[in-house]
Amino acid sequence: MTEEPTTDEQLAPRPGAEQAELAAEIRAERKRVTGGTPDDAHDVIIELDNVDVYYGDFHAVDSVTIPVREKEITAFIGPSGCGKSTVLRSINRMNDLIESARVEGRIAYHGVDLYGSGVDPVEVRRHIGMVFQKPNPFPKSIYDNIAFGPKIAGFKGDMDDLVESSLQRAALWDEVKDKLDESAFALSGGQQQRLCIARAIATSPDVLLMDEPASALDPIATLRIEDLMYELKQEYTIIIVTHNMQQAARVSDRTAFFSVDVNEGKRTGRLVEFTETAKLFTDPAEQETEDYITGRFG
Amino acid sequence: MTQQLTLEDLAGDAKRRNRERRVKVLFVAAGLVSIAVSILIILSLAGEAWSFISQVDLSSLWTVGWFPRRGLYDIPTLIIATTIIAGIGMLVAIPLGLGAAAYLAEYASPRARRWLKPTVEILAGIPSVVLGFWALTFISPEVVARIFSSAKPFTMMAAGLGVGVLITPLVATVSEDAMKAVPMSLREASYGLGADRAVTVRKVVFPAALSGIVASMILALSRAIGETMIVFMAAGAVGGALRTFNPLDPGQTMTAAIAALATGSDQVAGQGLTFQSLFFVGLLLFLITLALNSLSNRFVRKYREQY
Ligand SMILES: Nc1ncnc2c1ncn2[C@@H]1O[C@H](COP(=O)(O)OP(=O)(O)OP(=O)(O)O)[C@@H](O)[C@H]1O
Ligand SMILES: [Mg+2]
Repeated sequence: MTEEPTTDEQLAPRPGAEQAELAAEIRAERKRVTGGTPDDAHDVIIELDNVDVYYGDFHAVDSVTIPVREKEITAFIGPSGCGKSTVLRSINRMNDLIESARVEGRIAYHGVDLYGSGVDPVEVRRHIGMVFQKPNPFPKSIYDNIAFGPKIAGFKGDMDDLVESSLQRAALWDEVKDKLDESAFALSGGQQQRLCIARAIATSPDVLLMDEPASALDPIATLRIEDLMYELKQEYTIIIVTHNMQQAARVSDRTAFFSVDVNEGKRTGRLVEFTETAKLFTDPAEQETEDYITGRFG
Repeated sequence: MTQQLTLEDLAGDAKRRNRERRVKVLFVAAGLVSIAVSILIILSLAGEAWSFISQVDLSSLWTVGWFPRRGLYDIPTLIIATTIIAGIGMLVAIPLGLGAAAYLAEYASPRARRWLKPTVEILAGIPSVVLGFWALTFISPEVVARIFSSAKPFTMMAAGLGVGVLITPLVATVSEDAMKAVPMSLREASYGLGADRAVTVRKVVFPAALSGIVASMILALSRAIGETMIVFMAAGAVGGALRTFNPLDPGQTMTAAIAALATGSDQVAGQGLTFQSLFFVGLLLFLITLALNSLSNRFVRKYREQY
């Protein structure tokens, strides 16, 4: 689990030509978007430190440590059931909604322990917004979907402006500007997901958690969401769960690979490796990671 | 392995098909019987109601009160009393029922819910004669008489409160089902945007469940209008009633009027049209509840389509 900036040497082709190509692709993409490889210039904004999550007696995730840096995209990948969603949802205390869920260890946001006494989960979610796997617009108009969050937070400014700018940042404005009063259900799946992103942005969070935001979408809608993530990264810190490794490789700066241990029929998720995306996909430190990514890519 | 598939392979089992046909006939017959019974009810009501309306002196339908044995058939008396009692019932049942539904669906821990929900359902099954007796012996002297010193022992108020208790579980259970049917993903969206529980219930769950909630209210209203025993026992005025808008007076609803006529000796010994008037009121009641129920069905259908 090194945190060193990747050097060209490390990215040099070793296992095969395909991976070299991929590494080059990832670096080119990153250059296009950020103008360089990720470095440590960005501060750690969220620190997961030895986080364990339980559902009742069931130990779902064991001892996860991940420093998440500001204005980067951090991807969580791994096989189904390894606890990616569980960890993600513990970051904005969404797991509080599940009665049996319990978090141990420390999750700090700007140094503040999110599970400390005196922390209001409602306030946490205003800073750390979330986009879900299945688009979940409210059965309300497009406008009211966006205005929902700001309204309950007591937003005083010009709501029309806010709705417009949120939709614009989610690259949806041009498609919906003439039908803001229509039901959000009339939009396509990809549009609904961008609406959900716009809705999350409208409350101006610092961090966006995205749980497989494109898994229900077709390839073109998926690419639009990915483009959007590049844009959003200028202002937001993004953590994305994805099943799609190409997607993780394309969009993220750093990647956490989770796996699941089975003993006595109990499946406990665990973090295998967390490092820069380009390194993880070309020169992983762990054999397990390599098996997983080559299995998928090959 | 290219084996020829013949029609025989797909023809299936003749016995099974026969059994299915017989079962289908059985169900169709059951359906037809219930339709036939409904039609019979309507026809017999309508026939007698027509014989009443065609013979009665129309001016006796608008007088000082409902005294069928004296030839005074003031329909407004019955409609006003029905409206007042059902209205009081709804005033009790809507806040209590919706509050209970919101608590059960959104606030109660699974453990509390596990025993509260069946309790509410048991409440819904209390025979109305028990509630009528309770309205007469408890609500009337201990509640109504204490608050309003002018109240008589039999009042529409006491009957209305009793009806309210009767229909509260109906509002609660049907609304709770509607709220439970709101997808978890909508709640997550709301919480994820920094809403607390109160806002989520008010702004997301309630509107999404609205048609189901409205349906529960219409059903409850229909039940309140059709309720007989409580009003018969607690609202007084068994023989007849003066037209009044005061809930602290005795009153007679459409249902109580029918019950009073049907249990009396008018069918064998009654004068003139007294007994026939029962059918006219019955038809009126039937049409009102029919309209309310189909209205509620429309709402339910709408809410099924929603997400
Ligand atoms: N509400 C819950 N109650 C009990 N167990 C749960 C709950 N949610 C998830 N789990 C369990 O926790 C483990 C991790 O689940 P989680 O949804 O976090 O996995 P995931 O990595 O996101 O999987 P996927 O890729 O399929 O979404 C699984 O074994 C799952 O069965
Ligand atoms: Mg998941």
